[in-house]
Amino acid sequence: QTHFLSLSLQAKMSRPVQARRLEGIDKNIWVEFVKLAATYATVNLGQGFPDFPPPDFLKEAFVRALSGENHMLHQYTRAFGHPPLVKILAQFFGKLLGRDLDPMTNVMVTVGAYQALFCCFQAFVDEGDEVIIIEPFFDCYEPMVKMAGGMPVFVPLRPKAPKDGKLMSSADWQLDPAELASKFSERTKAIVLNSPNNPLGKVFSRGELELIADLCEKHDILCISDEVYEWLVYDGKEHIRIASLRGMWDRTVMIGSAGKTFSATGWKVGWTVGPNRLLQHLRTVHQNSVYHCATIAQEAVAQGFQREIELYGKPDSYFVQLPKELQQKRDWLVQSLDAVGMKPIIPEGTYFLVADISEFKSDVPDVPDSDEPYDSRFAKWMVKNKGLAAIPLSAFCCGAHKNNYNHFIRFCFAKEEATLKAANNILQKWKREKTSP
Amino acid sequence: TMAFRHKNTRRIEGLDSNVWVEFTKVAADPSIVNLGQGLPDISPPSYVKEELAKAAAVDRLNQYTRGFGHLSLVKALSQVYERVCGRKIDPLTDILVTVGAYGSLFSTIQALIEEGDEVIIIEPFYDCYEPMVKMFFSKPVFIPLRYKNDGNSPSSAFFVLDPAELANKFNSKTKAIILNTPHNPIGKVFTREELQVIADLCIKHDTLCISDEVYEWLVYRGKKHIKIATLPGMWERTITIGSAGKTYSVTGWKLGWSIGPENLIKHLQVVHQNTLYTCSTPLQEALAQAFWIDYKRMDDPDCYFYSLSRELESKRDRMAQLLRESGLKPVIPDGGYFMIVDVSTLNVVFFNVDEKQPYDYKFVKWMITSKKLSAIPLSAFCGPETKRQFEKYIRFCFIKKDSTLDAAEVILKNWNKQTA
Repeated sequence: QTHFLSLSLQAKMSRPVQARRLEGIDKNIWVEFVKLAATYATVNLGQGFPDFPPPDFLKEAFVRALSGENHMLHQYTRAFGHPPLVKILAQFFGKLLGRDLDPMTNVMVTVGAYQALFCCFQAFVDEGDEVIIIEPFFDCYEPMVKMAGGMPVFVPLRPKAPKDGKLMSSADWQLDPAELASKFSERTKAIVLNSPNNPLGKVFSRGELELIADLCEKHDILCISDEVYEWLVYDGKEHIRIASLRGMWDRTVMIGSAGKTFSATGWKVGWTVGPNRLLQHLRTVHQNSVYHCATIAQEAVAQGFQREIELYGKPDSYFVQLPKELQQKRDWLVQSLDAVGMKPIIPEGTYFLVADISEFKSDVPDVPDSDEPYDSRFAKWMVKNKGLAAIPLSAFCCGAHKNNYNHFIRFCFAKEEATLKAANNILQKWKREKTSP
Repeated sequence: TMAFRHKNTRRIEGLDSNVWVEFTKVAADPSIVNLGQGLPDISPPSYVKEELAKAAAVDRLNQYTRGFGHLSLVKALSQVYERVCGRKIDPLTDILVTVGAYGSLFSTIQALIEEGDEVIIIEPFYDCYEPMVKMFFSKPVFIPLRYKNDGNSPSSAFFVLDPAELANKFNSKTKAIILNTPHNPIGKVFTREELQVIADLCIKHDTLCISDEVYEWLVYRGKKHIKIATLPGMWERTITIGSAGKTYSVTGWKLGWSIGPENLIKHLQVVHQNTLYTCSTPLQEALAQAFWIDYKRMDDPDCYFYSLSRELESKRDRMAQLLRESGLKPVIPDGGYFMIVDVSTLNVVFFNVDEKQPYDYKFVKWMITSKKLSAIPLSAFCGPETKRQFEKYIRFCFIKKDSTLDAAEVILKNWNKQTA
């Protein structure tokens, strides 16, 4: 029609189409590393998911739900959580927290723990609010805070030298209390706690949690507690729920995951547990973003929990068996890495292990002034040349700190024995190639 | 201090209430014949259920899949929609799989609508559009469908947009228009001419089109579903949204998708990777297999896309007949599985009830308690200025098995005996 665009239309067409809230959050480490692993890896210890199946009782529960008379399980269920699931979660976590929980108001089901985190940030983080994130951190916390208009404030876990001759433990990575206290300001809205911690495997002690709790109370802030690996703790360690500490129930949202609890990451069922005062706002975000979660998986997970509540603490409990199996796998991988000179940091929990690759620097020379952190280049080289996939620790650090811990990579050991043996073979061969002339 | 510090964010202020939370609770009573919420009580096709059982038996299909959509599913979607649209659709860059069409709407708005933008919403509208737009501090601009009287047998086609009125709603701040065809709640299937009017305005003002086409396969005799993205100049500015729940009668699977040009979909993908990252693997695999089965028979009348539509057409006609016989005035939908009904013909008057509540809310609440039949008041789907225009209508859902419709028949046949 007209060849002359109005000024306002010209202005509109030259503006970017996407919203400003997407600024700086488009990069994602997984997209790149998952592709690399798919292309080159013969042994994938990168992305965090088990290569063994979910337990039989859970698969059977899914099949029962599917093949039962009730085809209404293929239709919408209650938006804030399928009634059988929220009931059993309220019962289960109520027992663990020593509280009477109302399934309708103290529990909300989400599409994986990932969506639970999203709801928390959208519900509580306003433009300009600060959120304290402990480094290294599960990488999504930072972009989620930013997308909500908030400012992430990072505080690092710092490694203390291990006792002579011993391997470092994730317990040796600690917060400096004074440093932590200095991060709180009047703009601080929340702190994100992840225990057991991905990627290090640290299981925060009661003392460490009390330190955090005191600061939360003093500054009257919220605690978003990502506890997806709550059952994966080793060496007799105890996972302590910060919500059970004095003064914390009222200010904490506890997040859990069926994917991690039952080795079924592809089911994408997660939950939040907390006081109604906080959960009501999560419900508002949820009903305006995804509204319902898929029904059948919720039904199966409910049955899984029913079994576990009956077997709680007994040797047949999956929550007893799984960490037992994984501890063994952890120990194998620790041995494999130690034998070849990669220094593993023994994780107290989760199914991840971080190792120091400094001794392998001869294979991948440093490139001064490189934009890419050393560990990232190392990990890419390793998957392409050795077929072994792992994730660089810098992926779990903020931009400014990526070079502080750039000689560590993260392995996932929730893998079949055959996979771990194959990893061992690669490492052994690599070492032989290094030492032979 | 605590109450203040733990306050919710500005973005969700005032968005806590929701018509469904209210009405699904009420209708949960099993003695009530529920024609309210859009929930099929018919069984999904058996092969769909079988594919899910097969998928869940494969170990690796119980673990994470590709974030933007399981490969076999995005490939199947690209094949089906390439055929429908007549253009190449890249499964990796032009498609995003989301948690229901609801999740697609949310990702689209979060990705592409900026604070201060205006978004045109056609009334009545699927109720989530308004709060989603508001959650991102943008402004919903409403335009009503207006009833152009054309005789005694009202059809959804009689509800039309006034082109001049529509044109006036566009300005330099307009970022997008949300189109829903086939339309919920009215059941209107926008014609090519009507879509062209909207397309012309989108192109003139360089606006995006968010096209919610979840009921795309449910169009009845004589009508055709047209994708606005296939009109000239529209592919590059349209996000088309679809739903497994509506396509395969599996609303509880919560899988949907957004299809569009790479330069728009890539932003939805960024949002997705920062909200829930990936959707359920076994469900996506099962859906992919179901799509392959029906893709192969898209020339065959037995294809579920067409057979479901035929099944629903006879339910539609039965429902309409029952309503007319009870003295109600149904508006026959050209598509979708909802029917709106003018209840003013019954002249039911309410005393001692909250005056501020719209008539249709009062009517539905009364109907639930005294007739044991539920529906949804149409004013739930309207902006503040249009509620009065639509408060004489209620919405029935007819994707119900025969025994449910039989029970509704009994109630409707006895209606007049009690109202006298």
